[in-house]
Order: sequence, then C-alpha cells, then structure tokens
Amino acid sequence: MSSIEERVKKIVAEQLGVKEEDVKPEASFVEDLGADSLDTVELVMALEEEFETEIPDEEAEKITTVQLAIDYIKENLG
Amino acid sequence: MVSPLGNTVDETWSGILAGTSGAGPIDKFDVSAFSTRFAAMVKDFDPTPYMAAKDARKMDMFLQYGMVAAIQAVENSGLDVTEDNAPRVGACIGSGMGGIAAIEDNAMLIAEKGPRRVSPFFVPGAIINMVAGNISIKYGMKGPNLSTTTACTTGTHAVGLGLRAIQYGDADVMVCGGAEMVTTPVGLGGFCAARALSTRNDDPKTASRPWDQDRDGFVLGEGAGVLVLEEYEHAKARGATILAELAGFGMSGDAHHMTSPPEDGAGAALSMRNALNDAQLGPEGVQYINAHGTSTPLGDKAEIQAVRAVFGEIAGGLAVSSTKSMTGHLLGAAGAIEAIFSVLAIRDQVAPPTINLENPDAACEGINLVPGEAQKMPIDAVLSNSFGFGGTNGSLIFKRV
Repeated sequence: MSSIEERVKKIVAEQLGVKEEDVKPEASFVEDLGADSLDTVELVMALEEEFETEIPDEEAEKITTVQLAIDYIKENLG
Repeated sequence: MVSPLGNTVDETWSGILAGTSGAGPIDKFDVSAFSTRFAAMVKDFDPTPYMAAKDARKMDMFLQYGMVAAIQAVENSGLDVTEDNAPRVGACIGSGMGGIAAIEDNAMLIAEKGPRRVSPFFVPGAIINMVAGNISIKYGMKGPNLSTTTACTTGTHAVGLGLRAIQYGDADVMVCGGAEMVTTPVGLGGFCAARALSTRNDDPKTASRPWDQDRDGFVLGEGAGVLVLEEYEHAKARGATILAELAGFGMSGDAHHMTSPPEDGAGAALSMRNALNDAQLGPEGVQYINAHGTSTPLGDKAEIQAVRAVFGEIAGGLAVSSTKSMTGHLLGAAGAIEAIFSVLAIRDQVAPPTINLENPDAACEGINLVPGEAQKMPIDAVLSNSFGFGGTNGSLIFKRV
C-alpha cells in the first residue's frame, strides 16, 4: 500500500496534468501547478474519492498546497 | 472535420468520393434492448495532438470533436489572430443537443453518490456554446462569440449567421460550424422512441438510403465540421486560399408539425428561394444540390417536391445528392460538414454520390440523384439544405470564385 504522501501526489499529478516529480510538498496548486479555481474544486473531490472521506467546503478552501492536502488527510484519517 | 468517414477533411472527402458508408454496430454501450443497434460513429479519435489530455477530460465528446474540427479549420486557413485583428475575428459554432453524455453521466452520479460528486467542469464541459468559447480562448478571438441550436439545421444556421455577422460589419472573420455526439443511451433511446431511425440492424452500411423505396429512417451520425468565413477583401489582402464564395443564405419555418415536414415541402422551398434571392441567383445558376436527404419516408419526398417547386422544368438538369447516405445524420453538425462538401464539390468539380439508392421512389422520377458513384461535372454554384425538428429550415449557396 502506498503512503498517503504518494497517493496525494499521484492524484494531484493526474488531476492537474503535471509530472509527479513536479508535485513537491511546498507546491501551490494555483501558483506552481497551473490550477484554476475549478481545478482545485475537482482536485478536492478526487481526494475525497480516493480517501473515502468528505472534506467540508470551509476546510477545502484552506487546502492550497500539496503539503496542506497531505496534512489534512493525515489528521482526519489518522 | 471529424466524421464517421475520417478525422480530417481529406480523409472524409476521399471516403465520400469513393462512396463509403461510415455506419456500423454500436459497441460503446449495451444496445441489446434498443430497436436500433447501429450508428455512423467517429473512429480512432485522439484529441491529444490538438489539446492536453487534462483539458480534453473536461469536455464532453461533442466539444472535443468540435475543438479538433475548429483547430484544423483555423490552422488550414493560415489566419493569424493578432492583437490588431482579434476584435474582428469571431466564432459561431452550434450543437443540436450539446453534452448529453455528460448530462447522463452526472445524473447517474447524483443518483448513486449524491450531488457532491458532480464535477465543477460539468457545466462548462456540456453546454452548447463551448466550442465557440474554447476556440476563442485558444486563439484569442475577441469578436462575436455565438452558438446556434436549431436541431438538424444548427450547422447551416451557424454558417449563415456567421455570414450575416460579416455582411453586417460585426466581424471580418467568423469561424463557423457545428458539433454533435448523441450516440448515448438517452440520445439513441430518444430517437428510437420517435421512430426516426432505420432499424436495418442486420446491414448497417446499407441502412442510410435516401430516396430509395426501402428507406426506413435515418442513421444516427456523430462528428463536427467547421469552416472559416472571411470578408473577401480581407482574405485577398492576406493572400488566403479562397475555396469558394458563400453567396447566399435563406431561412424559413414550416409552421406545421414537431417532427414532420408538410408533404409539399413548402417550408423547404421557401428556404431555398430565400437563399437564391439572397445570392441574387436564378435557379438556372445552380448545378448541384447537397440535399438534407436523411433517408426518412416523408422528409426525402417533401424535399424533392420542394426542389421541383423551386426549380420547375430545370429540376431535371440538376444533380441532387445526399451525403448522409455515407456519413449518417450528424444532426447539429450535418449542415456544417455538408457546407464543406459543397465547397469541395466546387473545388473538385464533382457531385458526390447518393449510395444505397437501388430503387428510387417514384416521386423522384426525372431527377439526377447521383446514384452510387460521384459525377464529374461543371459546378458554378451549390445549394446546401438543412431541415430540423420544429420545422426549422436553412439553405446556403456557395459559388465558384
């Protein structure tokens, strides 16, 4: 089973159409990985699907980088 | 162009001239419970030479077909959209039904998993005007950005309204056409229920047989066609290859029935007359008609009645053919691909054939329906017809330059 980090990076790469090696922890979805507002909504949906969880909208808005996504999943699925 | 005969204009046109049918069994979903189990579908389609896979994923298939056709058309025109000319370059690209596959998928998703699973790209990935929208974004076209939705006349109206935008002075260039992909359970189910489709399941390739005595409905097609219209002096000044002049556009309404034309084809005749008047051309100026000719019992007959009404005694000297015998009926894209065929008929001085025409309907006596094989002939002007549900008609006239 892959780690949470690996699974998050894989989804980000797939959703945003970028290479997995560019998905660095500090990367911002919008500023570094070329996402627009709709891409980020869909990315959160893909994370919800992968980790079988529901991320409330007010929490989803705060998830703006790869690391923040990893942290959120770890805290809430831990 | 993206069509059941190929994913470029050249491929499709050679298929047309060779009299090839694009129909075959539907294999993309389970059709065992449907009364019609075949269609003329696009084959081996790959959008990735034209757009990133990530962007394609956000578009319903009709948008992908439309974008590929539009990109091909713009590239082929050699038009360079610059900061200076951008406000004068527009688009008018329609669809009859739009992203019906995306609507179906998201409706299923809501039923299974609830509304939170609906993609944020569902709406921009399904609405009808998004070929025009996306192509303007790609090239920076800032002129009029439009879309038509008039059933099977969509593509013809899009081209005609693009012409009007240029004539009226709203733009110098209009990228015009239509896109369609309704080979889905709901799309197929709807046309089956309306008894509009051929049920010749044992032999799809001979199912689209306009004007033949054994015709039994149209064959559902899919794909997209896009043309670049340009004001003449503008095109000449930049040294563009001018394939033909779009000389006239006519429209009319049947005011008769939701899905059937009046027997005498009065609405179709009015549409053709309006186009001739607009082109300031007498009936004797036309040599070839690319007919709507969908292979339905009523529609095919009404169109021939209309041709007789408009052309009178000289109807016998015309070539009248239906390329839908090969492509199937592309609904909102039909008028667009047929406008392209009309232009190519002028370029190559050839009338494309009507295939599967073995025993012509008695109502067609004395009309050259170009059966079986393309006919070389001098062609100065072509009339292209489209008629749609709701009784919406459109005709275009292209002339040799």
